[in-house]
Amino acid sequence: MQDFDYVSAKTLKEAVSLLNRHGDQACVLSGGTDILVQLREGRRKARLVVDIKGIPQLNQLSCTKAKGLTLGAAVPCCQIYEDKTIAKAYPGLIDAVSLIGGIQIQGRATVGGNLCNASPAADTIPALIALGAVCTIAGPKGTRKVRVEDFCVAPGRTALKKGELLVSIHLPPPKPRSGAYFLRFIPRNEMDIAVVNAGASVLLDARKQTFVSARIALGAVAPTPLFIPEAGEALVGKSVSDGAVSEAAEIAKAAARPISDMRGAAEQRRHLCGVLARRALQGAIQRAKGGN
Amino acid sequence: MSKKVHVQTRINGEEVEFLCEPRQSLLEVLRDELGLTGSKEGCNNGNCGACNVLLNGRLVNACLVLGVEVQGREVTTIEGIASPEGLHPLQQKFLEHAALQCGVCTPGFIVAARALLDKTPRPTEGQVRHWLAGNLCRCTGYDKIVRAVLDAATVKKGKR
Repeated sequence: MQDFDYVSAKTLKEAVSLLNRHGDQACVLSGGTDILVQLREGRRKARLVVDIKGIPQLNQLSCTKAKGLTLGAAVPCCQIYEDKTIAKAYPGLIDAVSLIGGIQIQGRATVGGNLCNASPAADTIPALIALGAVCTIAGPKGTRKVRVEDFCVAPGRTALKKGELLVSIHLPPPKPRSGAYFLRFIPRNEMDIAVVNAGASVLLDARKQTFVSARIALGAVAPTPLFIPEAGEALVGKSVSDGAVSEAAEIAKAAARPISDMRGAAEQRRHLCGVLARRALQGAIQRAKGGN
Repeated sequence: MSKKVHVQTRINGEEVEFLCEPRQSLLEVLRDELGLTGSKEGCNNGNCGACNVLLNGRLVNACLVLGVEVQGREVTTIEGIASPEGLHPLQQKFLEHAALQCGVCTPGFIVAARALLDKTPRPTEGQVRHWLAGNLCRCTGYDKIVRAVLDAATVKKGKR
């Protein structure tokens, strides 16, 4: 592996100051499941690796009915799905964190790292977008917030500026009669990268018969995970029906801009967009109605 | 070259100190610095599981951990699975079921299966297959491995 120095930062201030001083010569290490592979293969260069797992704010994991979920950027996937309160409140997030890699990867890989790696096919990002998640970022000028759908700007590139660090991700408390669901298509049963993935959330009215709001996001079909607001908006005020769901899924499909690569052809991906958006919505509706 | 770093940790229950370069993976440290060559390098990118170790009880790929990261932590490798009294039931059952051919993946499978049995003492076949999805074997086709793990799970807990 290429030569670098290593610092385990103990405070946010220390990490921000190191990242600011070293700029693009520095890289952040959390679970390391992407970054160490990239450093080893030379796809990413760094003179300094800043380990952020020792910073208290990045290890926060709190889930309350009043405040929702605050997920520190260094919390590994396994810690999320092993937490029964979180698993019950955010099954749409659990769908994603429990299918990334094998058990060995889930023990180290973090949702924060999945975001910062900014892969178009990242599995947690459509789930986070559907759930309306917001990132808290610390930098030399203080902290700021960015919605997850605005965090990735290009393959492997994020909204983080020089000296900035992702601290945590916040998910609002789930409303009654709301539900979220995530799924992906892979040609194998496990351990694969999505050909297409989809996340959806819905909020139903008091009688659970009409959509109050909905959010749909697709992955691996554009340079960044794709939030499609018009697909969710098309459902507002409509009765819960297969027709309405299919219509929204068609809108999502039309927004996709897939490419052909080793994982799938553009045409196949476009077809999958409609299928997965529909299934994600159906799953979200079922959860909103009280099923699993 | 970056200065070597002094690391203090516990490996298989013993206090261990070593010097390593920041760029060395835990797998390189185990094999090249500490002579613990049981953990194997298969893919060196987190796909095959041949280098599986427990880090603070959690199953990880040693190729995706830096040596410097284990400061103050606890590592269990394949060398720490057997007891002075004899083989761990998983090791015994792998032998009885002939759950290996070339053997390169075996240490990883056994460490991973140990982590499974610690968490789920009587797993179903489905649970075993799901848990071991991150371990690749290119010889045996997995069935004997799964049977060995299921059989080891029937050995009384005191003997594990």
